[in-house]
Amino acid sequence: MQIKEKTRIGYYPGCAITMGSSSEEYGTSVLRVAEAIGPELEEIHDWNCCGASSAHATNHKLSTALSIRNISLAEQSGFKEILAPCPMCSQRLIISQKDVADDEELKKDVEDAIEMPCNGDVKILNYLELIKNYCMDEIAEKRKKTPKDLKIASYYGCLLLRPPKVLQFDDPENPTSMEEIVEATGAISVDWELKTNCCGGGFTLSRTDIVLKLTNDILECAVDAGADAIAVACPMCHANLDMRQKKIEKEYNRKFNIPIVYISELIGLALDLGPISLGLNKHFIDTESVVNAFA
Amino acid sequence: MAEETKFEPKIVAFLCNWCTYAGADLAGTGRNQYQANVRVIKLPCTGGIDPLFLIKAFERGADGILVSGCHPGDCHYNSGNYHARRRWNVFRPLLEFCGINPERIQFSWISAAEGGKWVETINGVVDTVRALGPFEGYQKINTIGPDASSESSQT
Amino acid sequence: MGKKIGVFVCHCGTNISATVDVEKVAEETKKNNPGVSYTTTYKYMCSDPGQKLLRDKIKEEGLTGVVIAACSPKMHEHTFRNAAIKSGLNPYHVEISNIREQCSWVHPDKPVGTEKSTDLVRMMTEKVRKDKSLKPIKVHVTKRALIIGGGIAGIQAALDIADGGHEVIMVEREASIGGHMAQLSETFPTLDCSQCIMTPKMVEAAQHDNITMHTWSEIESITGYLGNFDVKIRKKARSVDLDLCTGCSSCWQVCPCKKIKSEFDMGLANRTAIYIPFPQAIPSKPVIDRENCILFKDARKKNIKPNDSKVCRKCIDACPIAPVKAIDYNQEDEIIDVKVGAIIVATGFRELEDGLYGEYGGGKYEDVITGMQFERLASASGPTDGKIKRPSDGKEPEIVVFIQCVGSRDPSKGCSYCSKTCCMYTAKHTMLYKHKVHHGHAFVFYIDIRCAGKGYEEFSQRAIEEEGATYLRGRVSRVYKKGDKLIVLGADTLTGSVVEIEADMVVLASAMKAQDDAEQFAQKLSIQYDKDKFFSEMHPKLKPVESSSAGIFLAGTCQGPKDIPETVAQAGAAASKVLALLSSDELEREPVVARVDRQLPPVFSTCIGCFYCQKVCPYSAIESEDIKARDGSVIKTVARVNEGLCQGCGLCAATCRSKSIELDGFNDEQIYAEINAVEFN
Repeated sequence: MQIKEKTRIGYYPGCAITMGSSSEEYGTSVLRVAEAIGPELEEIHDWNCCGASSAHATNHKLSTALSIRNISLAEQSGFKEILAPCPMCSQRLIISQKDVADDEELKKDVEDAIEMPCNGDVKILNYLELIKNYCMDEIAEKRKKTPKDLKIASYYGCLLLRPPKVLQFDDPENPTSMEEIVEATGAISVDWELKTNCCGGGFTLSRTDIVLKLTNDILECAVDAGADAIAVACPMCHANLDMRQKKIEKEYNRKFNIPIVYISELIGLALDLGPISLGLNKHFIDTESVVNAFA
Repeated sequence: MAEETKFEPKIVAFLCNWCTYAGADLAGTGRNQYQANVRVIKLPCTGGIDPLFLIKAFERGADGILVSGCHPGDCHYNSGNYHARRRWNVFRPLLEFCGINPERIQFSWISAAEGGKWVETINGVVDTVRALGPFEGYQKINTIGPDASSESSQT
Repeated sequence: MGKKIGVFVCHCGTNISATVDVEKVAEETKKNNPGVSYTTTYKYMCSDPGQKLLRDKIKEEGLTGVVIAACSPKMHEHTFRNAAIKSGLNPYHVEISNIREQCSWVHPDKPVGTEKSTDLVRMMTEKVRKDKSLKPIKVHVTKRALIIGGGIAGIQAALDIADGGHEVIMVEREASIGGHMAQLSETFPTLDCSQCIMTPKMVEAAQHDNITMHTWSEIESITGYLGNFDVKIRKKARSVDLDLCTGCSSCWQVCPCKKIKSEFDMGLANRTAIYIPFPQAIPSKPVIDRENCILFKDARKKNIKPNDSKVCRKCIDACPIAPVKAIDYNQEDEIIDVKVGAIIVATGFRELEDGLYGEYGGGKYEDVITGMQFERLASASGPTDGKIKRPSDGKEPEIVVFIQCVGSRDPSKGCSYCSKTCCMYTAKHTMLYKHKVHHGHAFVFYIDIRCAGKGYEEFSQRAIEEEGATYLRGRVSRVYKKGDKLIVLGADTLTGSVVEIEADMVVLASAMKAQDDAEQFAQKLSIQYDKDKFFSEMHPKLKPVESSSAGIFLAGTCQGPKDIPETVAQAGAAASKVLALLSSDELEREPVVARVDRQLPPVFSTCIGCFYCQKVCPYSAIESEDIKARDGSVIKTVARVNEGLCQGCGLCAATCRSKSIELDGFNDEQIYAEINAVEFN
């Protein structure tokens, strides 16, 4: 039946979700879902750091060059689109692409540094965009399990949407793409307030107190809105909400015990791909309640 | 640098009094610089421009022409610019038929509030026509006579 | 036959002479243009001595044509033409060569600017050579004014004109006049009650002998021109006969549809389907809201005449007027024609739509309200009788957060401008709140406090210092609900800290925006509007109440955000312009009009009678004329231009197939002369 050729998309894992790193379950689940419903993801050969965090805070040119090298590599492999599931990566890649397009001189310097041309006509997708563009019908078609009364709060954080002028993805104040995907998996999406609030991001190590306050607000708001789990598409958000949750509970004296799942894991569960293969056993907060809902 | 005599195109601009002429004034008020190759002829409305005016301007040595009026819907005379646009649509193929590259005549809408757009448009027209080179069609008619080859054969 | 042309090159201080060698321009012009008999340069041509120079030289040198090389003709064409008249020269022999806005200011290179200026002057000189004497056209003035909009601007302008002894037609699309000002509680900076100062004016307007009021009416079309506008007014079917109705209230007391959100109370209270917008409405007679009335709904569903529906006839049954009831379900829209000489547009503004600020919960949470809604809450005649109660549960809010610049100064929401009134009305709101809820606390988030106006700064300081409102400089990022509280997340940029306030109610100082239909309306009137759809004044400084169309003036917030004193002042200014216009029986108009060639004996008219010109004319100014032989038989029918209607666009001239139409002031000869003079190199 499958006559039409599968779309080939360059896959850029980045440091956080690649095999063996802290958020590998995100990467694993993304790949497992892609195997099941496409499109064909092909890892960009010889990819490197996207230039986030330390590089872009200290040396703009270096961070741009790092990003652009990945894009140019993808270009040379003939990809028209790149998937960067980590929004920090997708944001860095898109911003660098724009910076280079706007600044002839920077472009030249970067091209000299990476010894490759960059034409800038590769489109960078975040994971929500990829699913929305390629997989909504497939999810509907190949869904095997429907969760029972599973209420999900979709949490976007900041990097997927901001800066809106550059990223131009969804409504920065009231995005809805993740909710659409959540509902496609058969779960119920809850309306809540803090879906675009900051999780504390890069302060996770340096100013844990701020992170605890911000994440506490988010967890509180989601739980009060009746959510059974929070869906995320960002390893930073996941780390702050999942890994820090016990500490938040202690600090603010309230039990949440709310699983934080990647949107890819949720899709995987709906497609019946098996919780272990999706990495649902690698969370700090037990995901059993979510897995059982799909039983 | 100056030794080489660079080709400087000559542009005649036919502007409507209400929108583009005022837009060009606004560019002046804002001290927005642009290339000095343009000579402006003011009319009440682009709808009142006889295509023969444009031909005459070419005949007098213009290399390019800009016709600019109010945005659709904003014409001071309600509908003059729509008539101008229709006339242009008919006139354009005629130009091509005559062997005049239609790129040499540009048509734009610039409002009284768009000083910046005036600057961009003028610079755009000058650059485009500079790239096209001098318009020699009529000069050849004048000097060589009826056998002068049309311009399209050279571009 | 050659003209003696004088060329006057202006330095404009150094505005021109800094980048254009004016002496050289004058010299070259004299040298290369035969017929130019006199050239000079002068520091400021527009000054009194400059004009005198022009007047004197016209006489001394016997000049028959003049070119002034100076600023844009939009600035001083009028000045110089008037000066020429004083020396006995027909003003249409004076042309302006724009070497400031379109040369000296935009080309910094002096040789380049000088060359271009010389070219521009030569082109104008050639045009002047072909200029003909033209006589101003006299048009009759209809001594009646139309005011569109019945808010404070419209009412003020109407009263001023009516007091000046002229008839005024006022058109208001709502059921009552009064506009936004009637909705306000108290007004800054004196805190006098808006209704108390507004309603007497409304009554005065309604009772004025010279004012005819059409409420629940809209402008259908406007044609014609300065002094002679033909206006069609659509009187929307009110379903109530204004002559018969006494406003006794019997009908709306029995109306069963009681759950319709009141527009006047900004949705904070309900009204009936047959209703008057507010108790002090003028006219104090009801209208039936046909969208919501169950009788009309039924009639639409069954596709029958409303009067044939039997669903509910409570209001007509209750109407005590006999024998003919004042309520007429079958009433239809009526179009009336009026002729006026001048028009004032005072169509006002609308508040920024709810819901645009999703992050503030606007349109989602009942207790996040707009400034206008707060006005209704604080108004003694409002839904809570002036008690501050929050809409969700009627509780008295103890902490209220006011957010300024909601929409204003936020290009990402499409308003880059400042709404000008919000700083003041927010300060007023905090005071009204504190006066009514003594133990309450008001927080205000602001970007800047802009209180320029008489007594304004003192007023806002009073809110801060005496009434104890806490002003925080910073933006709010989010408002969300937690339990029955609203959590306001913001920043205090002066201390560099993040602020979180648990508020009971949030008031958004929403931007003033142009009316939704401003764009279509402007097109209907052929007036210009700006990027924000506010109507454009003719000149931002010197012609602030004139629109881009002669005879149409602007008053109030349709031209841009402004407060009441400013609106009233502008309305008065517009009224005085109208009064000046209506003070004469005839007006002189620029004679830039088209003419069909008739110099030859009529029978030789080159017009072939194709009437293509008639098809393109936007003003229906082309008439037909029979050329007759002596025996009265028609030889041929040709076109003729009605000078009164012609606006001088030249469409007909460009369309004419036999070149029989010329546009005075811009005829073919003149334009070709200009083109011929382009003469590059």
